[in-house]
Amino acid sequence: MEAGSINARGDRSVLERSPLAKLPDQATKWFLTGLAALILVIIAFFFIRLFSEAQPAFAKFGYFGFTFTDNWDVSSNIYGALPLLVGTLITATVALVIGVPVAVATALYVTELCPHRVRGPLTIMVELLAAVPSVVYGLWGVFVLIPKLRPAEQWLSDHFGFLPFVGGNVAGPSYFIAGVILAIMILPIVSAISREVMSTVPVEHKEAALALGATRWEMIRIAVLPYSRSGITGAAMLGLGRAIGETIAVTLVIGNAPAIGKTVFSQGYTLAAVVANEFNEAASVPIHRAALIAAGLVLFVLTLLVNAGARFFVARAERLGGKKGRVGAPGSAA
Amino acid sequence: MSALVGVSARRKRTDRLGRGLLLLATLIALVPLLAVLYTLIQKGGGAISTSFFTTDPNGRFFGDPGGVKSAIVGTTLMVALAAALAVPFGIGVALYMVEYGKGTRFASVVRYFVDVMTGVPSVVFGLFIYILLVVTKVGGGFTAWKGSVALALLMLPVVTRSAEVVLLLVPDALRETALALGSPRWKVILRIVLPTALPGLVTGSLLAVARAAGETAPLLFTAFGLSNTSLNLGNQMNSLPIQIFNDVQKAQDRLVERAWGAALTLVVMILVLTLVARLIQRRSSTA
Repeated sequence: MEAGSINARGDRSVLERSPLAKLPDQATKWFLTGLAALILVIIAFFFIRLFSEAQPAFAKFGYFGFTFTDNWDVSSNIYGALPLLVGTLITATVALVIGVPVAVATALYVTELCPHRVRGPLTIMVELLAAVPSVVYGLWGVFVLIPKLRPAEQWLSDHFGFLPFVGGNVAGPSYFIAGVILAIMILPIVSAISREVMSTVPVEHKEAALALGATRWEMIRIAVLPYSRSGITGAAMLGLGRAIGETIAVTLVIGNAPAIGKTVFSQGYTLAAVVANEFNEAASVPIHRAALIAAGLVLFVLTLLVNAGARFFVARAERLGGKKGRVGAPGSAA
Repeated sequence: MSALVGVSARRKRTDRLGRGLLLLATLIALVPLLAVLYTLIQKGGGAISTSFFTTDPNGRFFGDPGGVKSAIVGTTLMVALAAALAVPFGIGVALYMVEYGKGTRFASVVRYFVDVMTGVPSVVFGLFIYILLVVTKVGGGFTAWKGSVALALLMLPVVTRSAEVVLLLVPDALRETALALGSPRWKVILRIVLPTALPGLVTGSLLAVARAAGETAPLLFTAFGLSNTSLNLGNQMNSLPIQIFNDVQKAQDRLVERAWGAALTLVVMILVLTLVARLIQRRSSTA
C-alpha cells in the first residue's frame, strides 16, 4: 500500500497539509507581498501627485523657464527658481569642500592610525553628530556660529578677495554659514561610509606596502586610498544628497534672500528653504503654491540623480571589496 | 615599524606631517559636537525649571512666555503614532524581501525604491502629505495624525533597510530545522525568525524613531502648531522642533531662551533613545 491510500481525506499525501491549514501561509505571503507592492504604489503616487500639483507653475513658466529663470518675485507672482537652485548648489558645494576632507581624514585616522582603545569612542562621537536635529543646528548656527565666524569670514573676504566668489561685505546669515552647518551635518554619514569602505581594503595590500618599506602615510596613500576611492566618491555623493535636501537648519541661517548672491558671504536662498519658509503665505495663492511644489519637485529630482550616482559608486566599491551587503544601506548609518 | 632604517628624513617628515594632519582633522571633527553640546547645556540648562515642563507656551509678549509641556506631549504622541505605522509596515516589507522574495526581481525593485525613499528630503515628504491629506481636508485641515503619517514615511525606509539587514543575519539552519519539523512558513516567521531577530529589530526601530523625533519640516506642513496641550490626534498639535523653529524666528530673548531649553530637552530625548538602541544592540551581539 502506498502512503496516500491510507489517507481517508482523498488523494493528498499524509504529509501534505489540508487546504485550510495552507490558508494562513498563503495569506501571510500575499499580505507581505502586498506591503512591498504598496511601497511602489506610494512612490508612484507621490511622484504623480507632486507633478500634477506643480503643473500650474510649469504651465505658466515652462519647465525650463521655471527652473532656469533668475527671478523669484513673490509680490508680482513671477517664479523662476534659478536663485534657489544656485543657492542649493553653492551651499552644498561649500559643505562638500569643508566636510568631505574632514570626514575622510577622520575615517582614515580611526581605521588606520588611532590606538585601538579610542577607536570605539571616536566612532561614537562622530556618529553622535547625526543625532542632533536639524533645527538645533539651526538654533546653534543663528546664535553661536554666525557671530563667532563673522570676524574670520571678514578676514577671509578681505585677504582672499582675488579669488572668485570671495570678497565684499560679510552678511550675517550667508551661503558660507549654511555650508559650514551642512558640512557638520553630512560629516557622520560620509565618515561612516568611508570607514566601512576602508575596512574592506585587504590587509595583504597594506602589509605588502609596509613590507616594502612604506611609512604609514605612504601605506595610506598607495594602498588604502586608491582601493577605496570609488567608495569615498559614493560617500561624498550621499553627503551631497543630504546637503541638498536639508531644510530647517539652512532656512534659519541663509538669510532667505531670493537673489543670486555675488559672493559666498552673501545672503541667499535654497530650494528646500523656500518651500519651508514661504509655504504659509502661499497656501492661499494657487500659483505661488504650485511654484513651491514645483521647487520641491526640482529638489526631489536633483536628490534622485545625486543618490543614484552615489549608489552606483558605493555598489562598485562593494564589488571591489567583495563583502556584499556590508557597505551601503545609506539609512543604516544615519 | 621600529626598524625604519633607510627612510629618508624627507619621507619621515612627510609621514609625520600626514599623520598629524589626519589627527588634526579628527580633532576638528569633534569640535562642533562639543561646541553644540556645551552651548546647549550652558544656555538650555538655565531655561529649565519645573514650570518649563508643566506649562504651555502662552504667547504673552511680556513676562513669562510659558514652558514647553504641549510640545513634549505632542512630539511624544506624534512620534509614537508614526512608529506604530512605520515599524510594522517596514518590518513586513523586510520580511517579504528576506523570506519570500529573496533573489527575485520584484524584491530588488522594492529594495531600490526603498533606497530612493531614504534619499527623499523630509521637506518633500511634508509637501506630499500636505497635498494628499491637508489640501483635500481629510478629517479637517491641519491635524496631528497627518504629521505622524509624514514622519512614518520618513521612518519607513530606515526601518525597512535595518530590519532587512538583521533578518538576513538569522541563520538559515534555524529556518530549515523548523520547516523540517513540519511548521508552516508563517509559524517559522512568527516563532523563529522574528524572536531571533528581535533585539536588532528594536535597535533599528529606535534609531528610526530618534531620527523622526528631531524632524521639523514635515510637521510644518501637516500638524502645524497649537500651543495648548492636546491629546487629540485629530487636532493640531505642538511639537518640540516646531516650538524651537518658531521661537528662534521671533528673536526675543525669553523666547530664544525657551528655544535653547526645548533644544536641550529634544537632544536629551534623542540621545537617550540612541543610547538605549545601542545598548540593546551591544547586549545581543555579545550574548
